[in-house]
Amino acid sequence: MTRDADRVVVALDVNGEKADLLVPVHKTLLEVLREDMQLTGTKHGCELGECGTCTVLVDGRPELSCLLLPVQLEGRAITTVEGMARGSELHPLQQAFVELGAAQCGYCTPGILLSAKSLLESNARPSRDEIREALAGNLCRCTGYAKILDAIELAADRMG
Amino acid sequence: MSGSPHPGRRAALSAQQGGDLSVVGKPLPKVDAVAKVTGRAIYADDMLPPRTLHCRILRSPHPHARILAVDTSAARRMPGVRAVITGHDLPVKFGILPVTQDERALEHEKVRYVGDPVAAVAAIDEETAAAACDAISVEYEVLEPVMSIEDALAEPKDERIQDYGGPNNIHKLVALEFGDVDAGLARADHVREDVFFFQGNTHLPMEQHSAIATYVDGKVTLWSSTQVVHYVHRALAKVLELPMNRIRVIGAAHGGGFGGKTDPFAHEIIVCKLAMLTGRPVKCTLTREEVFYAHRGRHPVLMWVRTGVTREGRITAMHFRTALDGGAYGSYGVASTFYTGTLQPVTYDIPAYRFEGCRVFTNKPPCGPKRGHGTPQPRFALELHLEKIAHDLGLDPAAMKRSNFVTPMTRAVNWLRITSCGLDECAELVLEASGYRHRTRRPGHGMGFAISSYLSGAGTAIYWNDMPHSEVQIKVDRGGVTVYCGAMDIGQGSDSVLATIVAEELGLQPSDIRLVTADTDTTPIDLGSYSSRVTFMAGNAAIQAARRMRSLLVEAAAAKMACAASQVAVGAERIGDFSFEEASVLAEARFGTLTSAGSYTPPKIAGPYKGAGVGPSPAYSYSACVVELNVDARSGLIDVNKIWIAHDVGRAINPLLVEGQIEGSVYMGLGEALMEEQAFRKGLHKWPSMLDYKSLTFLEMPEVETFIVETIDPEGPYGAKEAGQGPLLPVPPALSAAVYDALGVWIDEVPVTPEKIVEALRRKGKGEPARFGPARFPAIPYPPIIKVEPPAKDLDRASTATI
Repeated sequence: MTRDADRVVVALDVNGEKADLLVPVHKTLLEVLREDMQLTGTKHGCELGECGTCTVLVDGRPELSCLLLPVQLEGRAITTVEGMARGSELHPLQQAFVELGAAQCGYCTPGILLSAKSLLESNARPSRDEIREALAGNLCRCTGYAKILDAIELAADRMG
Repeated sequence: MSGSPHPGRRAALSAQQGGDLSVVGKPLPKVDAVAKVTGRAIYADDMLPPRTLHCRILRSPHPHARILAVDTSAARRMPGVRAVITGHDLPVKFGILPVTQDERALEHEKVRYVGDPVAAVAAIDEETAAAACDAISVEYEVLEPVMSIEDALAEPKDERIQDYGGPNNIHKLVALEFGDVDAGLARADHVREDVFFFQGNTHLPMEQHSAIATYVDGKVTLWSSTQVVHYVHRALAKVLELPMNRIRVIGAAHGGGFGGKTDPFAHEIIVCKLAMLTGRPVKCTLTREEVFYAHRGRHPVLMWVRTGVTREGRITAMHFRTALDGGAYGSYGVASTFYTGTLQPVTYDIPAYRFEGCRVFTNKPPCGPKRGHGTPQPRFALELHLEKIAHDLGLDPAAMKRSNFVTPMTRAVNWLRITSCGLDECAELVLEASGYRHRTRRPGHGMGFAISSYLSGAGTAIYWNDMPHSEVQIKVDRGGVTVYCGAMDIGQGSDSVLATIVAEELGLQPSDIRLVTADTDTTPIDLGSYSSRVTFMAGNAAIQAARRMRSLLVEAAAAKMACAASQVAVGAERIGDFSFEEASVLAEARFGTLTSAGSYTPPKIAGPYKGAGVGPSPAYSYSACVVELNVDARSGLIDVNKIWIAHDVGRAINPLLVEGQIEGSVYMGLGEALMEEQAFRKGLHKWPSMLDYKSLTFLEMPEVETFIVETIDPEGPYGAKEAGQGPLLPVPPALSAAVYDALGVWIDEVPVTPEKIVEALRRKGKGEPARFGPARFPAIPYPPIIKVEPPAKDLDRASTATI
């Protein structure tokens, strides 16, 4: 049960938009994104930090939003999947995922896209093994990972 | 293939009979791909209508106990709690099969596994609902749990888990014989017996099950992450005691099923009941731990097989026994039991075949259908058993298996009808590409080969009826083409298949087609996404509906052009001399509202015996696989280098999606082979979390080389068959065969773990049998065998053949 005394005002910067939110101090970033900001593109698979589904970027680095509290994140730049496309123009990673069938059920896709975005920003031409290493924390049950690897390589080619 | 950056990984995609198709056979993006990569697809848990209440479920902490009393008074008094219900509020039993209506949404008499639902709370937020669950006190009389097949076969210490079936905790027994097995064994040059075990495992969908219900104007609406809106609709009507016309079930965007969301579930019923009581939307999303309890996953199966062969390795007879650990409830278990015996003769020509199956109840989460439903376990046993026979005879295992392959247009000894069959072509492709036949033999390095088959949809419905299994409606007006179908896209791309087929027939692009699917109010019934049925069945219904619509458009265009309908070309967004829209205006003026419908009913091809309803399918897919690995003799650690897989899909309606299904199947099969394991300790699930329940990550998944084989099935839509389940099946036996190839030890048990390999090597070193696996098969009181006369083998001469 939530008591008012537990609530705090946090100033979050999500996808370049700043918002002041009154939230229970123990509410995770995942819950605040989904429930208070209607950014439901960020999914959850375990809420225990085990599956990578809820990955978002914090200052460009992948983090598990189910293990973060908004009070830790004031002044940090948070990116969710909603922040990847420019208007209706898809990010090259999103475009490659579409073209190569890298999203089946699509539930792990937002987290994987963000992990891949972070990778390509620090390593524009990663080897297949480097991609595997960077994405090892993101589980997918549909694809067998093959088309995801293809799509990240295709995006890297196009962005490079 | 155009558009692919890795053309080398695709091969053998024949252009057979595909030259005149414009969108079928093209690797086009899925119709919902953009929604999924932008986070805009709305899954059930993404929905939060105003005033939504949150539901949590109180579950049993005991594997087996009688419920003596439930006190909810403290929970009801808590601020923020809006409703609390127990089993007394939902006493009507349900279950997916008509013969096993043994579940309750909430139990008020007895709990049968840790996680069995007992009470539920709707509150203003999830935390309040969870706190209220904690405040409910339940008084239990704890009973002795039954946790193994052996225990279930024995006299119960306290009482039976269910009050039907028997003797003891046996749920189902089956015994069938086709042809004369004793005579077949008598004429064999060599007879071998083996025992195998396939451990249970779970689907582990990334999306936790979620459901949200509203109750407005006397009608319940449920959005759920289900694979079958129709079956949920039926169960809700029964348990809520409402007519079906007062209930609407809608499939939300789906975060992964693999068979695990094919049953109607307690939480789906509970949120409807709570919405009815409170008049507010009620949502329930299972925690990851609860997903492990919802389960319905792979049955643990003990198997015994005896086969007779000639000196040349031709099978003369086979006797197959299975014992399935079913968990606490029926689920699909009766069907699962039959499936452990039914597909063996669909891959190998077995002249005489005896099958004895048994499913038992245990105090574990109920098992049900997981990708391959009931067939990966016997496939593992059968493939390794034949491998051993080949070694006994000094034959090459792959060559010996091939000499026994079934051929197209035949009937198996158990009456299953085989039409198209690319099994031999699949085998040749993977054997050749992998270099299996010329592999270098060195300790610690091995290759294994295995094959399989799977249904393209079950030929009989879950509940007996004569209606079509798939129905499609099409509406055309100035807004374009809308397709209505009850099929549920669970990520496999069934919406894309429907759009592609209708686009092909109407001369459009898939992106031109608007889809309304999986909504019991607005879409005609389709039996949903299970048994690999949607492409074949809904696909055929879509072809029929689209061709009827096309003939209206063509007739109107022909009248305007003053020519015969046969002279009106359809394609490239045009109908004859007109744009598609112009043609639709002409047709609407001529015929009124433009609608068409199509449906698909599978042919009646089941054999003349009780139990023949499980196994028939209008077509079977075929797969062949080679696994190459290194395995370390000191640690037992396996490093899979590469997997070659060839799959006879009939025709790839979208090769991109077919490859995705094949690769995903190989991944899941490899996970089961190496590590996935649903295990229990003293009634408790040992690892109900994604960290402890091991599955393959990007790092462990090897390269997969995929071959699509097209055999153009005579009854499939454009010749298509299934792709989503069959390619899983050969992976576990191919892996275990590769371990034998590398180290000379048989691991007759899935998963194939390092501990088992090290133990088998230790036994080999001591001169004991070089093997790890079950020592024996238990004594089971199978019923008297029902003897069935085999059919004529040649399909053309079989009187019941419909083609």
